[in-house]
Amino acid sequence: MMKPKTVDKIATAVIIGVAGLIVLVLAGLLGFIMVRGLGHLSFDFLTSPPQSIRAGGGIGPQLFNSLFLLVLTMIITVPLGIGAGIYMSEYAKANKFTDFIRLVVEVLSSFPSIVVGLFGLLMLVNYFGLGFSLMAGALALTIFNLPLMVRITEQGLKSVPREQKEAALALGLTKWKTITSIMLPIALPIIVSGTILAAGRVFGEAAALLFTAGMSSPRLDFTDWNPLSPVSPLNPFRPAETLAVHIWKINSEGLAPDATEIAAGASAVLVITVLLFNLVARWLGRFMYRKFTATK
Amino acid sequence: MAQTTDKKISANNHFAEEWVGRIYTTLCVLVLVTTIVAMVYFVASRGLSTFFKNDVNVLELLTGLKWSPEGQPPAFGALPFIFGSFSTSILAALLAAPLSFCAAVFMIEITPKFGRKYLQPVIELLAGIPSVVYGFIGLSVIVPFFRDVFPGQGVGIAAGALVLSIMILPTMTTVATDALASLPSGLKEGSYALGATRWQTIYRVVLPTTLPSLLTGVVLGLARAFGEALAVQMVIGNAPFIPRSLFESASTLTSAITLSMGNTVSGSAHNNALWSLALILMLMTFVFVFIVRWLEKRSKL
Repeated sequence: MMKPKTVDKIATAVIIGVAGLIVLVLAGLLGFIMVRGLGHLSFDFLTSPPQSIRAGGGIGPQLFNSLFLLVLTMIITVPLGIGAGIYMSEYAKANKFTDFIRLVVEVLSSFPSIVVGLFGLLMLVNYFGLGFSLMAGALALTIFNLPLMVRITEQGLKSVPREQKEAALALGLTKWKTITSIMLPIALPIIVSGTILAAGRVFGEAAALLFTAGMSSPRLDFTDWNPLSPVSPLNPFRPAETLAVHIWKINSEGLAPDATEIAAGASAVLVITVLLFNLVARWLGRFMYRKFTATK
Repeated sequence: MAQTTDKKISANNHFAEEWVGRIYTTLCVLVLVTTIVAMVYFVASRGLSTFFKNDVNVLELLTGLKWSPEGQPPAFGALPFIFGSFSTSILAALLAAPLSFCAAVFMIEITPKFGRKYLQPVIELLAGIPSVVYGFIGLSVIVPFFRDVFPGQGVGIAAGALVLSIMILPTMTTVATDALASLPSGLKEGSYALGATRWQTIYRVVLPTTLPSLLTGVVLGLARAFGEALAVQMVIGNAPFIPRSLFESASTLTSAITLSMGNTVSGSAHNNALWSLALILMLMTFVFVFIVRWLEKRSKL
């Protein structure tokens, strides 16, 4: 029988060792992407169109598609998600139907993204006739992101002190007025930082987009800003391959001789963007919290 | 007189606003509910049409070993995919679970200050890294490494499970950390006061009381691994057979759907069979959600 103190020391050493290993693996992972990818990054790489067979292609249209799709998705997701979140947190009565909605949100949030993509293919692309388009992609991503948005809004509204809400109601404000002018401003830091994190998820999603936004991008004319023109980058009804989909595609069927370098560069761009989203979310959340609550 | 009408008008405005708000939020929820009901309905109806329209036996699909939907005669044995999905995700969860527990213990019990301030944000950040990036790393690091060290091409269940375990590690660690942090400090202090060492406290007090929450994290990770498509598809090799070793090319439900869905005609037997695979994925999602709910109920005790 070993002494408990010896066992404690061994266990502590093992735990520290494992934690160190995890840190090493994760740091190695980030370092690998950066080292492999950053060397390939240049202004030309970020702006020029991809080449299918020759070397030297860029990721310009893909990067633009990802950003544009992100904006489209958030324009649809945010009002819907905040609305549903407000309902769940403030209006929903404690009954069977509310329990059912909670179950629905939970199921929806753990749906495999490929199944969401298939549903998008069936409903949006074929049935509603959107074809492979940015719009279909944005709607599919909305399905995928909505539960997260609902949960974030609920969390934000739950963080409002009860006294503040009750004071507003006691002054005779209607419920809606209380929510919009008392509770939402307080909840805003949480909602905003959560939304930015959700946006990061949208930016990196690929499986749901394969069969909705499509795996190709038409020749874009970046001087044509008329949203109705088929070659305009702003046209929401054109097919659009995003950055994440591009990484997958060149890895599985890339013919360009520098496919690995392109994938590395594109991965670095994705990771850096997600990193930026995280930092901005943290900073903005803290900044708004300070601004609204006047704490230092 | 004029004042009272003003008041009335503004009060009416507020009530109108209230109704608009109420209706708007209710509509949002209805959109949410309609979407999921439609999704479940369509996936189920397309997935079941393999059995009703194409007369494929349910047992044949679930236990058949041969998958050649375009062959003569066509065969719809999806067991290789089911086996691939379960083996990769369960292996990944088994790999990641002890690691995430150690990381959480390290962050909460051993170095609370450093852990919470620096390690936790980094781990949360890693949870946001897109899955294709994990797939790319698997393809350019893990697969070549396995190819050099073990017999075979390097692709297969081992590579898939390893990539998935790295991918789900941040999620599981975050859940485990939250669970450990929410433990009432009185429990731990009581144990220390009785003269227990830190390790004794961890495995006799902390582990048993937080077990349901820890398992919730494991199941969430398992569910994510089970539904992940592209990262696995990139490293598993995509051969529709049950492999004889961990380093032989295999397939999962998601990889089969990813690869073939674009090449089939809607309504054909092959297409419907792929929808059946999606149906299996969906049913497993339900199972995972119910396990999580059951565990959450247990943790309240």
